[in-house]
Amino acid sequence: MSDFLIITDLAKRFPSPKGPVAVVKDFNLSIKKGEFITLIGHSGCGKSTVLAMVAGLSDASEGNIIMAGKELSGAGPDRGVVFQSPCLLPWMTAKQNVMLGVDQVYYTASSIERNQIAEYYLSKVGLGDAMHKYPAELSQGMRQRCGIARAFALNPKMLLLDEPFGMLDSLTKFELQEVLLDLWRKDRKTALMVTHDVDEAIFLSDRVVMMTDGPEANVGEIVEVHFPRPRNRKQIMEDPEYYRLKDELIGFLEERAHKKHHDSIAPTTPAAPAADTEGPAAPLQTTVTT
Amino acid sequence: MKKQPLFPYDWIVLPILGTAVVILFWVILSSTVSKDLPDPAKTWEESRLYIFEPFADRGMQDKGILSLLGLSLLTVAKGYFLALLIGVPLGFALGLSDAFAKMFDPIIQVLRPVSPLAWLPLGVILFFGTGKDANPWGALFTIALCSMWPTVLNTAVGVRAVPQDYLNVARVLKLSKWKTLWKILVPATLPYMFTGFRISLGIAWLAIVAAEMLTGTAGVGGFLWSEYNAGNNSRIILCIAAIGLVGFVLDKLMGLAEAQFKTA
Repeated sequence: MSDFLIITDLAKRFPSPKGPVAVVKDFNLSIKKGEFITLIGHSGCGKSTVLAMVAGLSDASEGNIIMAGKELSGAGPDRGVVFQSPCLLPWMTAKQNVMLGVDQVYYTASSIERNQIAEYYLSKVGLGDAMHKYPAELSQGMRQRCGIARAFALNPKMLLLDEPFGMLDSLTKFELQEVLLDLWRKDRKTALMVTHDVDEAIFLSDRVVMMTDGPEANVGEIVEVHFPRPRNRKQIMEDPEYYRLKDELIGFLEERAHKKHHDSIAPTTPAAPAADTEGPAAPLQTTVTT
Repeated sequence: MKKQPLFPYDWIVLPILGTAVVILFWVILSSTVSKDLPDPAKTWEESRLYIFEPFADRGMQDKGILSLLGLSLLTVAKGYFLALLIGVPLGFALGLSDAFAKMFDPIIQVLRPVSPLAWLPLGVILFFGTGKDANPWGALFTIALCSMWPTVLNTAVGVRAVPQDYLNVARVLKLSKWKTLWKILVPATLPYMFTGFRISLGIAWLAIVAAEMLTGTAGVGGFLWSEYNAGNNSRIILCIAAIGLVGFVLDKLMGLAEAQFKTA
C-alpha cells in the first residue's frame, strides 16, 4: 500500500556470443517510503545492474519500476546517485561539482540560495573548509563525501548508492557511514544501496535484500534489521542479535546463494564451513568476495 | 621521477657537444664535396646584417630576419586559427555521431596524408576567380587544410574517450545537451584537443614555408626561395636555422599549454 518503489519482474539481458544472457531475471522488490534497503550479493551477481536500472542509467529488458506511483523511464535528478568512484568532474572544485546539480534542480532559486544549498550540504559532510579544492587535491574519502553531498543537495525523492564505500579504508568507511546516516535521518529519504560488506549492510539498513548468484539473479532472502535509530556502532556490535544477523547473511552468501544452480550444475565447491552454527562467535570473514 | 645526471652539467655540456659535431660535419662537407655550401664562418659573415638589423625593411622580400618571421607567423596564425575553427567542431561531430564518422572518416583518411605542396596549386586556383589576391589566400587555404587534421582526429578520439562515468553524471542530473557539451564534453576532451593543437601548429609552420616558397609571398619561406634564386646560399642556412628555432619555440609553448590541461 505505502510502497514507494515497486520493482516488478525486472530482467536485464546482455548480448553474448551464445545469445542473450539474463544477468537479472524475475527480480521483485517493494520498498516503503523512508526505508533504507541494502542489496547484498556476490561480486558480479547483478546487484549493481539492478541499481543502474532503478537509476535509469540502464534500460530494463523486462519488467517495470514504479516510483511514487509513476513508472520510471530514464535517469533524472529525482534519484540522487552516489557512485562507487565518486565521479566528480576533475575540472570543477568540490563546490562547483555540487552546484552543477543544484543549478539543475533549483533553477528557480536565486544564485545566493543555490550557493547556500551547496555550502550547507558540503559543510554537513565535513567539506566546509575544502569546498574550493579540486578533486585531485582531495583524499579518496573526501571525494566520496563530496559525492554524497552532491546526491543529497539535489533533494531527491530517493537515494541510490552503488558500493559508495567500496574503495575506502575501513576507518574512513566507518566515518562516512555515520555521515551518511546523519544526513539520511534528517529527511528520511528512501534509500537503496548496493554493497558486498555484511557489517555495512547490517549497520545501515532496515532490510537487507540478499541476491542469488547470476545469471538470472533475483531476490534470495530478505532479513529485517530492527536496531533502533539513531544507531550506535558500539552498541550494535555488542548485541547478540548482530551476530545472529551476520551469521544469517554469511550463511546465505556462502551456501544458499549458489543453491538454485546445484540442481542443474554439479556442485564443484566443497561444503562451505558451517557458518550457521549457533553462538555469537564472529566468523573471520566479514567482506564477501568471490 | 628525475633521472640521475650522467655527470655535472650534462644538460648543457652534451647539447653543445652534439651541436659541435653537426657543425664539424658541416665544415667538412663544405670544404670537401660541396664547395658551393658556405662554411659556418661565411654563413655568419653574410647573414649578420639580417640578424643585427632584425626589423630592417629593404624591399618586398629583403627584410630583417624578425620582420620576415613576423610576416610568416602572422599568416600561420590566420591559417591555424581557421584550422581550429573548422577542426574542433568537425572533430566533435565525428566523435559524437557514428553516422557522421562513417560518412566522413574514409575521405578524411585519404585527404590527410596529402602534402601541403600538393594542395597549394589547388588553393590558388580556388581563389583565382574571386577577384582577390589568389596567392596569399591560397597559402592560407593550404595551411588551414593541412594543419586541421590532427586537431580533427584528436578531438574525435577525445570525445569518444570521455569516461562513461562523466556522462552518467550528466544523465542523472538531466543536463541539457548544451550544458553537457560545455560542462562535460569540452573540458573532458581538452587534453586530447591540445595534443591535436600542438601537432597542428607544427604542421602549419611546416606548410607556411612551402606555401611562401611556391607563391613568393613575403616571409621567411619566400625570402629563402628568393635568396636561393639569387645564389646567396648563406642566407638559406640562416632561414633554416630561424625556421627551426621558431618551430621549436612554438612547440615548447604549446607543450606548456598542454601540460596545464594534463594535470587538471
